[in-house]
Amino acid sequence: MKIRILLAIFFLIGGAAIVGPWISPYGVSEVSSARLLSPSFTHWLGTDLHGRDLLTRLLYGGRISMLVGLVGASVSLLVGVAYGLAAGYLGGSIDNAMMRLVDTLYALPRIILVIVLISLFDLKLKGFLDATPLAFLAPHARLLLLFVALGLVEWLTLARIVRTQVLSIKERPFVLSSRLIGQNTPTILIRQILPQVLPIVLTYLTLALPAVILEESFLSFLGLGVQAPLASWGTLLADGASLLNPIHTPWWCIVFPSIALASSLLLLNFIGDQLRKPQK
Amino acid sequence: MTTFIIRRLLSSIPVGAAVVVICFTLVRIAPGSPFSSERALDPATKHMLEAKYRLTGSIPTQLFCYLSQIAKGDLGESLKYRGRSVVEIIGQSLPRSILLGSISFLISLGLGIPLGAWSAARNQDRAGSILNGLAILSLSIPTFILAPTTVLLFSFYFHLFPPAGWGEPNQLVLPAFALALPFVGVCARLVRSGLLETLGSDFIRTGRSKGLSEPKLVLLHALRPAILPLVSYAGPLAAGILTGSLLIEETFAIPGVGQFFVSGVINRDVFLVSGVVLVYCAFLLFFNLVADWLTALLDPRIRLHS
Amino acid sequence: MNFCRGIPGLTGLFLFSLLLGGCANRPRADLIICNGAEPQTLDPALVSGQLEGRLCSALLEGLLRRDARGKAVPGTAEKWTTSPDGKTYTFTLRPNLRWSNGDPLTSSDYQWSWIRALHPGTASPYSEILYFIRGAEAYHLGKSPADSVGIKTPDERTLEVHLNHPTPFFPALTAFTTYLPVHRATVEKFKDGWTRPENWVGNGPYRLLDWEINDRVSLKKNPLYHTPNRVQIERIDALAVNRASTAFNLYSSDQADVLLDKGMIPSLILPELRGRSDFHPGPLLATYFYRFNVTRPPFNDVRVRRAFALAIDKEVITDKITRGNEPVAQSLTPRGVPEYLPPEGLQPDPETARGLLKSAGFPDGHGFPRVSLLYNKSELNEQVAVEIQAQWKRVLGVEIELRNQEWATYLRSLDTLDFDIARSSWVGDYDDPNTFLDCFVTNRGNNRTGWSNPEYDSLLSKARSEPNPARRLQLLQKAETLLVTDALPIIPIYHFVGCLMFDPNKWGGLYPNLLDEHPFSEITKRTP
Repeated sequence: MKIRILLAIFFLIGGAAIVGPWISPYGVSEVSSARLLSPSFTHWLGTDLHGRDLLTRLLYGGRISMLVGLVGASVSLLVGVAYGLAAGYLGGSIDNAMMRLVDTLYALPRIILVIVLISLFDLKLKGFLDATPLAFLAPHARLLLLFVALGLVEWLTLARIVRTQVLSIKERPFVLSSRLIGQNTPTILIRQILPQVLPIVLTYLTLALPAVILEESFLSFLGLGVQAPLASWGTLLADGASLLNPIHTPWWCIVFPSIALASSLLLLNFIGDQLRKPQK
Repeated sequence: MTTFIIRRLLSSIPVGAAVVVICFTLVRIAPGSPFSSERALDPATKHMLEAKYRLTGSIPTQLFCYLSQIAKGDLGESLKYRGRSVVEIIGQSLPRSILLGSISFLISLGLGIPLGAWSAARNQDRAGSILNGLAILSLSIPTFILAPTTVLLFSFYFHLFPPAGWGEPNQLVLPAFALALPFVGVCARLVRSGLLETLGSDFIRTGRSKGLSEPKLVLLHALRPAILPLVSYAGPLAAGILTGSLLIEETFAIPGVGQFFVSGVINRDVFLVSGVVLVYCAFLLFFNLVADWLTALLDPRIRLHS
Repeated sequence: MNFCRGIPGLTGLFLFSLLLGGCANRPRADLIICNGAEPQTLDPALVSGQLEGRLCSALLEGLLRRDARGKAVPGTAEKWTTSPDGKTYTFTLRPNLRWSNGDPLTSSDYQWSWIRALHPGTASPYSEILYFIRGAEAYHLGKSPADSVGIKTPDERTLEVHLNHPTPFFPALTAFTTYLPVHRATVEKFKDGWTRPENWVGNGPYRLLDWEINDRVSLKKNPLYHTPNRVQIERIDALAVNRASTAFNLYSSDQADVLLDKGMIPSLILPELRGRSDFHPGPLLATYFYRFNVTRPPFNDVRVRRAFALAIDKEVITDKITRGNEPVAQSLTPRGVPEYLPPEGLQPDPETARGLLKSAGFPDGHGFPRVSLLYNKSELNEQVAVEIQAQWKRVLGVEIELRNQEWATYLRSLDTLDFDIARSSWVGDYDDPNTFLDCFVTNRGNNRTGWSNPEYDSLLSKARSEPNPARRLQLLQKAETLLVTDALPIIPIYHFVGCLMFDPNKWGGLYPNLLDEHPFSEITKRTP
């Protein structure tokens, strides 16, 4: 019952994010002279420095942020779990080598990867997409590169966690007995070990999703993330952060995006928790 | 045990080398030059500077010069902060980051573990959900919002701590908390998840039927295996926290080493970036070693070498 | 497990010792200034930024120096004379000048330092500011030897400088950072490490006491300075702070006494600060402008450039976004340069703009190719770009893309002309329009627009050799009119405004001025 309520709320928010910007009387990047207005009947959540309606931008930003989070987390899930399973099960020097590779990639600063990725491939990708039927994606080439970059970063920790779990699980009696029966390695991995790792993976996923969204917001803060005039919760938060000062802060520019992000992440986490329960 | 350490150390050397090579290459192929500025630099001067720092020629040539320099123990000079060696810069800033980071690390674990344990123990009732919610909340707010907000709140509204600066112990409080808070949530969540798994297992049920009290059960028996995912997370966490964060350092004016990871890349200061990345890599390898050792200690079923 | 029990104790000890080491017990300096970001270098030949320049002016002194109002006054030179043709200057140094280690300071120190700045091996980014001296450019390019440079030292207290053309502002120019002297023996002995506190030797009002990277530069009064009574404050700390909000927080909590840069104040609260007694704004010799890439369509067509220029409402930008009461820029050179009146420039005119765009072939923006506005990411740049993008859409019907890049990539795009419109800014080095206008001569490195106009080039070169100051300024004004009214390779947007923050009841000797000169030696402490 509880999960149905949570899922309903989630789809409601998702629906609002998808439909909202269409039905809103204001444009996402519609600059106006009604700058930094506090919440009122005309602008339910107030306006930002450029007079853009905050509610519309928040709903639009939800689309982008959710997309970023989902794609990034999915990439990290697929790569991380597969890698961790392999390393943990195979053990020994293969495990050692695989984990050292993870260490190598982990030590590199994300930002240089993102800069190089974006600067080397941005225009090329745009040109490439323009030539194909996917031309409508061309202006968002940078966003696509961002997904890739973010996904490539988060899988490392997940691989490490999965591998540690597998090291422990593979010594358990039921795994040993499966081996004795003659089950081959892939079957053991998928049928026996994977279900055991799944709870921790789901938990970590609920940690990875906010991590990806926050990483995107940090990159936007540095100028490498979502481009203006597109908005994501990350850019809204970054814009809001620039308005913080000890004298007179337009609190709505910071509070509402923070609430949106925090409550969505809370929701996702609770859903994740509920999904795990039947396993026990 | 010693063989494990030695083997790990030996396999760490190629990792360190690979990291430096990749980092150097990435910074050099990224567009832009370390010597450019809003005022254009004339080509002759630019070439002179590149020759001075041995950054002319193909990337493999530059890499070779750099690696042979490192082999002699010289990490090079910063391209932006002229006349300062990378060793000197790191030597001055790293201890400060370590100090701040150690305090933050202790806070992360010190608050995170009890929070996670408590919310797992009280999973059935409202208290558990609230604690869980708090944990999630702490990791949902980005640092660049959290840090300035704590400054506004605790420095200007409540006048408890100074808003920035380095030198007095009370200037450490706010940055340590701001740095630690997101990780409190992650630690709590990992502990909680691990405990929820363990609390349902056989040996705990046995303990309960024997009459052991709940807190004792959780703390003495369930925590040990449950904490494993946290231990494997704590390795990279320690390395990351001890090398600091750009946002915390810029917001609180802390002269630490964390900002060089970002500012060094933006300035294309290749020797400085490679140097700090090497240090970070060393920390990472060390703490992962400790984490793996602790894991083996805590869970006898794991063998470090098969 | 015994080992484990020892761990908490060891950790505690470790942290405690780090704590003691990390928090060195320093007495607070007499004056704490937020100077801006960490200085890249304190070697005057290598300096290109203003914050480094401020520190260098405290640690070293040139023939002339700038006072608290930005006026050039005698420094180490007590007097100077000009030859009748205006091309030779003879400076006479004060008697008994000394370096901070007791060595005598002579005219050959200046000669050696200037040659050093020109020496190709030094790789000075500002060597071209010495090009006014005869033979300097050739020497820097390696075409002629050092003794062909027009600097002579007839005796220890006399310096004779031969210039290429009459340059009325030359004496004032010697106050500039690149013209500061350095101690030869120290530089030759320690090479790149000569700027370290333990090696430092200087001749300025202050000595370098300590320099902790990303933390602060500590200065102490130099007892061997030629007029020590002029210097009131004994100990100064210049903090390195990157973020405006952090600097402002330090100031608001009395951990810093003075903020020297508008960049140290969050722009949002500027209107609130305006009435306060500790807020001191003043015009600056710096302009924020947009560049066009005139080498490719559509901006190779001057009608399109003019249409875009006429369509901007700059008042909105200074009013709502930058909020510092910046003067709108209709010319490149700000007002306030002595004796010079910048041209009127273009007033916003949406109707004409639309008409021009139509005549260029894009009525109401139809068919306009996809172009982008390039800027480096900073809050302000993005806010201005979003605003102007909206204005161009509203007035001309043209949709342009916004393109932000991080700093190094952005500079590269500027250099390789990989942009359509780009945001830029320029700070003047000395109070003469030449510092702005020289950028746009054909093929200058700072041109970065691909614009080339023979008439403009010839006007500037005529001005260079014009001995009569008034006629010279007239020629420069004609050139600038060509630049900002006719050809329009750039659109000036606003002139920067400097803001100082300090309590006037506690501190004196700080005045906002066009050159943004705030010599530390002039700051005084007021007794309440």
